[in-house]
Amino acid sequence: MNSVAEEKMNIIVAGHVDHGKSTVIGRLLADTDSLPKGKLEQIQELCRRTSRPFEYAFLLDALKDEQAQGITIDSARIFFKSAKRHYLILDAPGHIEFLRNMVTGASHAEAALLVIDAVEGVRENSRRHGYMLSMLGIRQIAVLINKMDLAGWNRQVFKQLEAEYQQFLKEIGLSAAFIPVSGMEGDNIARPSERMNWYQGPTVLEALDAFIKEPLPVDKPFRMPVQDVYKFTQAGDQRRIVVGTVETGAVRPGDELIFYPSGKKSRVKTLERFGSPTPESYEAGQAAAFTLEEQIYLTRGQIAARAGEPAPEVGRRFQVHLFWMGKEPLRTEKEYWIKVGTAKQPMRVEKILSVMDASDLQVKRQQEFVGHHDVAECILQTARAVAFDRSDRFPTLSRFVIVDDYEIRGGGLIRHVLPDTEESLRHRVMQRNLKWALSSISREQRWERYSQKASLVLITGRKNTGKKTLARALERKLFAEGKLVYFMGIANVLYGVDADIKTPGPDMSHRPEHLRRLGEVANLMLDAGMILIVTAIGLTQNDLETIRTAVDSDLVEVIWVGPDITDIQADLQIETLEDLEVAAGQVKRLLQKKGIIFSV
Amino acid sequence: MADHLDQLENLSIHILREAYANFKSLCMLWSIGKDSTALLWLARKAFLGHVPFPLVHIDTGFKIPEMIEYRDRLTRQWQLDMIYGINTEALERKETFPDGKVNRLRCCKLLKTEALKNTLSGAWPRYRFNHSSDRYELDPNREPFTGVIVGLRADEEGSRSKERYFSKRDRLSEWDIADQPPEFWNQYKTDFAPGTHVRIHPLLDWTELNIWEYIEREKIPTVSLYYDQGNGKRYRSLGCWPCTFPINSTAKNPKEIIEELRSGQLKNIAERSGRAQDAEDGGGLETLRREGYM
Repeated sequence: MNSVAEEKMNIIVAGHVDHGKSTVIGRLLADTDSLPKGKLEQIQELCRRTSRPFEYAFLLDALKDEQAQGITIDSARIFFKSAKRHYLILDAPGHIEFLRNMVTGASHAEAALLVIDAVEGVRENSRRHGYMLSMLGIRQIAVLINKMDLAGWNRQVFKQLEAEYQQFLKEIGLSAAFIPVSGMEGDNIARPSERMNWYQGPTVLEALDAFIKEPLPVDKPFRMPVQDVYKFTQAGDQRRIVVGTVETGAVRPGDELIFYPSGKKSRVKTLERFGSPTPESYEAGQAAAFTLEEQIYLTRGQIAARAGEPAPEVGRRFQVHLFWMGKEPLRTEKEYWIKVGTAKQPMRVEKILSVMDASDLQVKRQQEFVGHHDVAECILQTARAVAFDRSDRFPTLSRFVIVDDYEIRGGGLIRHVLPDTEESLRHRVMQRNLKWALSSISREQRWERYSQKASLVLITGRKNTGKKTLARALERKLFAEGKLVYFMGIANVLYGVDADIKTPGPDMSHRPEHLRRLGEVANLMLDAGMILIVTAIGLTQNDLETIRTAVDSDLVEVIWVGPDITDIQADLQIETLEDLEVAAGQVKRLLQKKGIIFSV
Repeated sequence: MADHLDQLENLSIHILREAYANFKSLCMLWSIGKDSTALLWLARKAFLGHVPFPLVHIDTGFKIPEMIEYRDRLTRQWQLDMIYGINTEALERKETFPDGKVNRLRCCKLLKTEALKNTLSGAWPRYRFNHSSDRYELDPNREPFTGVIVGLRADEEGSRSKERYFSKRDRLSEWDIADQPPEFWNQYKTDFAPGTHVRIHPLLDWTELNIWEYIEREKIPTVSLYYDQGNGKRYRSLGCWPCTFPINSTAKNPKEIIEELRSGQLKNIAERSGRAQDAEDGGGLETLRREGYM
């Protein structure tokens, strides 16, 4: 077995439409004897039947409608092998409508070939693709000046294009080797060109083999976005296993981990693995699994870091650099979803700072939206805090995508965090979590015992809509079914815990502090496994986020009673309270659907 | 440096865990073939010895008997949540290629594509293995699957190389190749409109050779049809007996198959060359796939 040939590298071939990407790839495959037997003959036969001259590009256009349209639709995957290593070529289409395929291809690539037509010169997608490669984090690039046969094998043509495009690359922080080639004739693809003996550099194949397999970032601080927490109790497995893919660094048993944004802390007990011996550590790039010493409540979306190493950033307002691919423009007034690491949050664009055209990097005049294929600097606001890294420190966890109407429509990098109103509150909660003395019974153990998940049920609405009546009816209903439930009137907190800051009348200045204390009280009850029912007048989304900052935000349900709802995102709205039993039943069904109450 | 199989394994496990975290109604198609069996093994690795979602097999009634026997053996041994679906009507009406009433492509469409679509959507009955009674029973659960994990590989044939790790399918299970969202970095399409579903492809970057290397390394139990039993023939790709033919080969185990793929007689010969439906028209498999075929 030849172990050198086991190395694998993903590359992307990008460039403007009709600049000859597919021809270059077809030639690479043919000249390295990488084609399946009979494939070349099959395509040649097809060309003979359709009376078209044979082209190497046809090899790749395996699909019927691709051949009909004459364009490569997707970033197809092509496998090929040199003396040095295996390559997976992701062929990026040059047609602008298919830019999303180029992004897909480039996202999984380690290096890129960018093809420019010697006759047509640098076009908008030559630049746009170059720009995308830079944003997606690809640093190893070779630029192929193709169709040199049509440019008379002219050195001047090559040199001019090299100077022009090198300048562009420099502006976006990249550099590249330039190679004059002819995909059609095979010059400088897999063999040196005799017709361009003025060029002394590597062939495309040599340039590929010269790309360096970048080492995985194992020596950086440990970062692992939590994918999930597994507990397969029904299958008789009592382990509680935290899983995720390590982005940077490594993790070992005994490591003290802090999870962000919550600030919860625990020590790694064991590494877990099935089907092979347990490793000594899980390193960057590996799909990790481990158990913890302390049974902290943990959910998907948190980032695990190691105590004593630089912590990730936490915030809900940040400045970003993004690329928009939606046909509908990105707007400030609309709600989107953002995904960072494994976290997913509702998101709004607070401000569009500047918009650029990626094909020429010219700043467009001030505009209120980010259009199709525009690049922009923006300020984003998420509903709740997320953890991430700055793009200039550890770029992998600065990467995010924006989801609109079920689809990923854009992506970008987080530059830095900006202040937000809950910062000081969040800081207090993180400190509290760091110092938290854990009970010896885990939350899950309590939940299994009580056949319920702890939950804060917030019943809100305008004045005199019957919130308390509903709260009491719900409390009785759940209690009758054996649930651990408690209705806590807001006055119980207001005149006790809040006595020192209680101000009568319409003064709202203490509202955030009241909400924080309410959240802290709720947090204790949730930790004890209770279903806690609280009523409050006219809560807004902002109020809700303040409360959520103090508790585990996935444990909150919001019921709005009556019409005239604020901007709060309720899990259930009950328009009228005509029949109390029906209304309480509605809430009960919601709790069942969400898995908060269940029977065993 | 990590071995190339480790790299592939890590990405596949990552994708499986993303699928499990994002799709409440999730299943995995298990064709009994080497690819989906390697995928099943990867699932056990991803979930630390468990497979926390049902496996779905589409029985055409014409599967080679060893395949069904092997399926049920592993179901018992690994305590799998096994479901099968079948196009009973077409079989009763004898609308099949072996019965001579329809051509191969039509037969594939009825027995595989239609059966698959309707089993996934819950429109047709599902049969679920009951481990206490040790037999398949009609499953009262008809909830549609919104995430479907499939073991296809990009190197199999043209149209499969156009897939994403997470590819959307519309209401009719149809696939619009030209309208696919981007996959930025390791962020995938995990949101879907009501009535649609997502196909998840953890093996997309694996090659046929990688699969056999992995089967060999991990000692994954595979169906005996892949190996020469002494008559100088073995199957390279498994399907229905009337349309799948063994190749001439004396490879008796994964190691010999790897050798054969690397240097021997199979180098550069298409893997599905023993599958007759692919040859029936130029874009046979692509047409089938757009309509919802695996």
